[in-house]
Amino acid sequence: MSMFKKYIASAFVALGLSTSGALAAGAYDTKVIDYDFSFEGPFGSYDVNQLQRGLQIYTEICSACHGLKFVPIRTLGDDGGPQMPEEQVIEYAKQFEVWDEELDDFREARPTDHFPESNLENAPDLSLMTKKRAGFHGPYGLGINQFFKGIGGPEYLASLLTGYTGEEKEQAGVIFYENTAFPGGWIAMAPPLYGDDVEFADGHETDLESLSKDVSAFLMWTAEPKMMARKQAGFAGVVFLTLLSVLLYLTNKRLWASVKHKEND
Amino acid sequence: MSGIPHDHYEPKSDGEKWLHRRLPIVGLLSDTLLIPTPKNLNWMWIWGIVLTFCLALQIITGIVLVMHYTPDTSLAFASVEHIMRNVNGGHMLRYMHQNGASLFFIAVYAHIFRGLYYGSYKAPREITWIIGMLIYLLMMATAFMGYVLPWGQMSFWGATVITGLFGAIPFVGDALQTLLLGGPAVDNATLTRFFSLHYLLPFVIAGLVILHIWAFHTTGNNNPTGVEVRRTSKEEAEKDTLPFWPYFVIKDLFALAIILAVFFALVGFMPNYLGHPDNYIEANPLATPSHIVPEWYFLPFYAILRAFTPDVWIVMFADFVSGGIIKSDFFGVLAMFGAIAVLAAVPWLDTSSVRSGRYRPMFKWWFALLVIDFFVLMWVGAMPAEEPYNTIALIAATYWFVYFLVILPLLGVIEKPLPQPSTIEEDFNAHYAPKAGGTKTIVKPAE
Repeated sequence: MSMFKKYIASAFVALGLSTSGALAAGAYDTKVIDYDFSFEGPFGSYDVNQLQRGLQIYTEICSACHGLKFVPIRTLGDDGGPQMPEEQVIEYAKQFEVWDEELDDFREARPTDHFPESNLENAPDLSLMTKKRAGFHGPYGLGINQFFKGIGGPEYLASLLTGYTGEEKEQAGVIFYENTAFPGGWIAMAPPLYGDDVEFADGHETDLESLSKDVSAFLMWTAEPKMMARKQAGFAGVVFLTLLSVLLYLTNKRLWASVKHKEND
Repeated sequence: MSGIPHDHYEPKSDGEKWLHRRLPIVGLLSDTLLIPTPKNLNWMWIWGIVLTFCLALQIITGIVLVMHYTPDTSLAFASVEHIMRNVNGGHMLRYMHQNGASLFFIAVYAHIFRGLYYGSYKAPREITWIIGMLIYLLMMATAFMGYVLPWGQMSFWGATVITGLFGAIPFVGDALQTLLLGGPAVDNATLTRFFSLHYLLPFVIAGLVILHIWAFHTTGNNNPTGVEVRRTSKEEAEKDTLPFWPYFVIKDLFALAIILAVFFALVGFMPNYLGHPDNYIEANPLATPSHIVPEWYFLPFYAILRAFTPDVWIVMFADFVSGGIIKSDFFGVLAMFGAIAVLAAVPWLDTSSVRSGRYRPMFKWWFALLVIDFFVLMWVGAMPAEEPYNTIALIAATYWFVYFLVILPLLGVIEKPLPQPSTIEEDFNAHYAPKAGGTKTIVKPAE
């Protein structure tokens, strides 16, 4: 019995080991800075103001090339997201043109439409970008720190946006930019942010690091729009099941008491 | 149903008698639920309930997911995102289904290794074991095909690599691979047939689970001592056993509640921990990921598959003897399926007359090494195919076969087992010493 307990304990350790092996295998020798985000850990939540700032950065800069094709525009008004008022969402949607099959023509986008796809063929869609990348694998490649930090996607993205060294090289007619976070070290995307690229209505800081974090937080939301609901459901589940297991423990103890400590007759 | 003497269901009211004469279903359920169960079962005997729960969880969440999923290469990825974003509770359903597969495999590995340690596969429980192995094989097939459905990069390339294994079989390989894929490469026909089978196989598993339960209800449960329940009279049997309901149902539900609390923490707080980030990139036949890794539960066998590289002498020997038919690819495939085959054949490979590892002093250590070996294989399966991992994989894969084909048959002959308790009651009382005096009170099952 005690031997088995040991096996089970080692099972879970090794499970973690092997898993993170799989995760770490995708990692390269890149520098991912552990930026703090409000949504980390079991109780972290999105910062609505930060999501709205991130949306502004995405709209004014990223959307020139990149799309968000999986994200319906109406979700900008959802709870657990940027929570924009309905009229603002309607107004926001109008800046995009979408193809309407029934009209056989382009028309202004409505909240029920999705964000447009990428404008450039080699600019990846950003809807899931923060979930496509894992920045955290520790400690010792176990990946358990993801419990407190998330998978590290937004940290990777913010590190990428702040990671340009200023070096350039030309290869087969394409200019590559050196970046300390990008796998391989050279990225085809020119530095999109320099600091002071946008102006916020509330006068929030616009230095490079702050902008990078804001847009990364927004893209975490586009990748995982139900994170708040998920954490609440998880928490409710853990609390309920813990209570249930205490009750079942007591029931079980009482049920077996007469068998285990039976008195000889 | 069971061979252990016990009270059977007797219909009491007129209505019950009427039904019982026409369809004795209440009796069947009652006898199944009240089956006499060895009272010394420990906490490793809870995995059956966990597995039954997993199967139900996967089928129920799966049926709802199917209502919103579209099996078409141009729509599959987007339909999964639709589930994650637009379907009420869809993100929880999908994450529970995705992580439910991992819970299923954790439980099945614990269940299998419990059987290996306590000799649950030995006569007369060989059929239970073989059905269990069939369930395990179907689980792997189902999980593999399910992983293809979201149509991410790992879905696509995993499918390409795994179906490629069948292509390595001499003579029939190409035809077999084409049949599996529905064409020359992984494409829409692959996705639709995997979808169809992913929906079908869980119900086949459910059928086999019923046979599995039927088989061990006929032989009776094994227990940590491996000593059989006394069957000469009902009175004696009752000294060794307790009815499944309520004693073991409550105990198992308690264990299940704890396991599910951990499961909900995983689903709620780190649902992508066990997944691969690349699977959030839509499948692209033109871009191969730098490192293709299967899900964690396939890694031990994936490691065995890759362990036998062309420079290993036994592979070269097989190549030479077979006149070039058994190349290293095919050797790897044989090794992988062989690793599961020796596991399935263990009732006939273990020559010891003692069931439980508890009374086998030498076996204990070889078994502990097998458990470690399993985790080494799992770890090395996730590593890139280069040194030193290749050598570690080869050693670990070799031990897997040596354990089943050499050590188990030999141990039965050379090992001197420890004395076993004569009855289950004796073992139970050794843990829970009876007090002197007083009257016996045993909770009777609700009828």
